[in-house]
Amino acid sequence: MKKEKLYIWPYLLIAPALFIVAAVVFVPVANAILMSFQSYDLRRPREIVFIGLANYIEVFHDPIFWGSLLRTALWVIFGVGFQFLFGFILANFLNKSFKGRGIIRSVSLIPWVTPGVLIGLMWRWIYDGSYGVLNDLLKKVGLIDMPIPFLAQESTVMPSVIVTIIWQGIPFFALMLLAGLQGVPAELYEAADIDGANGAQKLFRITIPSIKNTIFVTTLLRIIWVANSVDVIFSMTGGGPAYASQTLSVYIFNKANSLNLGYSSTMSLLLTLLLLVVAVPYLKSMFRNQEG
Amino acid sequence: MKKRHSGLIDFFALYLPLGVILLFLLFPFYWTFVTSIKPKSELYGSVVTYWPQNVVFDSYHKLFVDFNFIKPMGNSLLVAGVTTLVSLLVSMLAAYAFSRFRFPGRKIFMIMFLTNNMFPTVLLLIPLYSIMRSMGILYTPIALILSYTTFTIPFSVWLLNGYLNDLPKSLEEAAMVDGASRSQAFLRIIFPVLIPCLVATGAYIFMTSWNEYTFAVLFTNETSRTIPVALKNLIGQLGVQWDLLTAGGIITIIPVCIMFFFAQKRLVAGLTAGAVKG
Repeated sequence: MKKEKLYIWPYLLIAPALFIVAAVVFVPVANAILMSFQSYDLRRPREIVFIGLANYIEVFHDPIFWGSLLRTALWVIFGVGFQFLFGFILANFLNKSFKGRGIIRSVSLIPWVTPGVLIGLMWRWIYDGSYGVLNDLLKKVGLIDMPIPFLAQESTVMPSVIVTIIWQGIPFFALMLLAGLQGVPAELYEAADIDGANGAQKLFRITIPSIKNTIFVTTLLRIIWVANSVDVIFSMTGGGPAYASQTLSVYIFNKANSLNLGYSSTMSLLLTLLLLVVAVPYLKSMFRNQEG
Repeated sequence: MKKRHSGLIDFFALYLPLGVILLFLLFPFYWTFVTSIKPKSELYGSVVTYWPQNVVFDSYHKLFVDFNFIKPMGNSLLVAGVTTLVSLLVSMLAAYAFSRFRFPGRKIFMIMFLTNNMFPTVLLLIPLYSIMRSMGILYTPIALILSYTTFTIPFSVWLLNGYLNDLPKSLEEAAMVDGASRSQAFLRIIFPVLIPCLVATGAYIFMTSWNEYTFAVLFTNETSRTIPVALKNLIGQLGVQWDLLTAGGIITIIPVCIMFFFAQKRLVAGLTAGAVKG
C-alpha cells in the first residue's frame, strides 16, 4: 500500500469531534472530580471551599446512598436479566420464517425508540390506582377485588418500575440477538437433527455457544444503560414513595436538582467507578471485534 | 430446510407466544392512543372502556391551542435538527480518518471516543450545568445541541467507521491514481455511496436528541424547553391531565416512528455489526 506522506490529515479530520468530546466530556469529568472535594452547594454559593474527603465520608455514612445502591443492583439484575430472557425468546421467534415477519420485527422495536419520559408516563397511567387499566384487567380476571396502588406503596413500586424497564429493553436485546442468530450456520442444526438432538440440546450446545459474544456485549451495554437510566423512574415515581424506588442515578439526579452539586458529584464518581467493572470488558471486546 | 408443521402446532409454538409478547410490547401504545381520544367523563368514569364510546380530539386541540405545544415541538426540531447536522459532519470526518488512515495514536483516540458513552449522564450533568452557566449559554438551544452532539458522536463514529470499512479502498485509490486529490475522491466517489448510511446514522442522532430528557430538564427554561420536558411539565401544572399527556405522547412518537421505519434496515445492520462478529 502507498504510504501517505502527510500524517497531519487524520489528526485534522478527528480534531473537530475530539474537541467537542473533550469540551463536553473530559473537562466536566475533571470538574466533577474537583467538585467532589468541595462543599459545592449552589444554594450557598459563598461557602464553596475545599473540604477534602468530607463528601466521600458523608456518602459512606448515608443510609439513603446504600439503599439506593441496593435498589440499583435489583434494578439492573432483574431488569437486564428479564430483558435478556424475553429478548432471546422474541429473537428466536423472529428468526423463523413466517408471513408478516418483516412488519412484526419493525413494530416490535417501537418501545426502543420511545422517549424514556414518555415510557414512564404511559406506564404510570397503566398502573394508576383509580383509573388504571392494569387494575381493571386484574379485577376482570378475578385476581384482585380491590385496586392496588402499584406506584404508591413501597411493597409494589420497585417490581412495577422494573417491569417497565424490562418492557423498554426487550426490543434492543431481541434486535442484537436476532442479528447473532442469523449468523449461525443452518448446517449446524441440520447435523444436530441427523444426530437426533432435541430442542434443549440444540439450544445449549449450538445456539447459545454460537451467539455467546453477542450476548456478552449486549448484556454489558444494557447494564451500563439501565444503571444510568434516570428518566423512566423519575417520570413514574420521582424515586418515591419514601425513596422506595430511588436508584443511585435517580438519587444523584434529585440531589443535583436540589443544587447540592458537590455531594452528587461524589456519588456519580462512585457510580462511574462501579460501572467500570462492566465498561472495561465491554470496551475491550468492542475493540477486539472491530480490529479483528 | 424447515420441516412442515401442521397449522395447530404452528399456532401454539409460534403465533400464540409471539402474539403474547407483541401484545405486551404494543398494548401501552394502544392504551395511550385510546386515552388521548376519550372524553374526560369517560376517562375518569367508573367503568374502564377499551374503546371510547365517543371519540373526541379535544385533547389534541387543547394541547396546541391552550398549551402551545407547537413551541416545544419547534424547540425539539431545532435542537435535534442542528445536532444531527453537526454530529454527522464531525463524525463523518473522524470515521473517515479511522477507516482510511493508520496513524500513531489511532487506537487511543478510538478508545477515547467509545469511553465517552460509558460515563453516567448524571456525572456530566452537574459540571456541565455550572460550566454552561458561567459561559452564559445555559437555557439556550446551544447548551443542548453541544451536549447531544457529544453523546451521539461516539456511536455515530462507530457506525460510520463500520460502513466505511465495508467500502473497498480501491474505490478512491482508483480515482486518486487518475489524479484526483483525496478530498475530491471522497466527495465524488465515497460520499454518494455513503448517503444511505449517513441517513441511517442521522436518524439515530435525531431520535436520540428528540427523546432526551435528563439534560433537557436542567438546561432549558420556559422558552427553550423541548418536548420531553414539556410532556413531564403537563403533570406539574394542574394535577395529572392524562388526556393531554397521552395526546402529547402520541404526537411525540409519530416523527420518531416514521424516521425509524425508513432508517431501520441500515441502522440495525450497523448497530449489530460490532457485537455480532467474533
